[in-house]
Amino acid sequence: MRNGTRVVHSECLKLQESEDITRARQVVRSWAVDLNFSLADQTKIVTAASELARNTIDHGCGGKVRLERVSEGDREGLKLIFEDRGPGIADLDLAQQDGYSSSSGLGLGLGGSKRLVDQFAITSKPGEGTCVTVVKWV
Amino acid sequence: MDRIPILKFGDLLLVSIQVDMHDRLAMNLLDDLTHRVVDDRAGGVLIDISSLETVDSFIGRMLGNIASTTRALGAETVVVGMRPAVAITVVELGLTFEGINTALNVDKGVEMLRSFNSGA
Repeated sequence: MRNGTRVVHSECLKLQESEDITRARQVVRSWAVDLNFSLADQTKIVTAASELARNTIDHGCGGKVRLERVSEGDREGLKLIFEDRGPGIADLDLAQQDGYSSSSGLGLGLGGSKRLVDQFAITSKPGEGTCVTVVKWV
Repeated sequence: MDRIPILKFGDLLLVSIQVDMHDRLAMNLLDDLTHRVVDDRAGGVLIDISSLETVDSFIGRMLGNIASTTRALGAETVVVGMRPAVAITVVELGLTFEGINTALNVDKGVEMLRSFNSGA
């Protein structure tokens, strides 16, 4: 992220069980509404959050998501940071390809979420966990 | 609430998903619908998702599983009422809805199911 990005407000949600995904969707939606995202953009960021929250739980053995309302110059956005302490991802490029799945899913989680947001970053170390950061600007 | 009501309308089964789907709810719906198709000798299933604000890959997969399962039993499923913002999002996400019949609204969905059953 460029210099001058300011965090206006933040909140942390746990991601341990399937119900936490529903909760995360609701909270992300309400933040997106407060930020005056268009309906399509609200739906995109909520859907991306849903995919990434599920990854955190299903593949990362649970973790948390941090929501940040950020501002940079005269624009505002919503930043979501998903962190887990799971097994990590050995091949990050492969994991972001459509159709790649380590389980029975459709394999759209990472690649699909990336298309729904404006900025996407992923770091992972085998044995230590994974961190996915996304930003959508209003 | 752990179960979504299933209504019988003629030989069709109607489901309106009006709550945010969590995993157990989705699994129960697949299970309940499969049994009801057999028990009620249903000719088709109509699922209204007009209240759903989000469709992610999990819900997409669940709808696909319902469609394949009821089709295996001889009843087609039609998903109706997807919101425009949801349609834009699922396409960008990469969901193709392959193998899932879709229609604009309940009327068109019922029409579609009737046409399947009349062999048209």
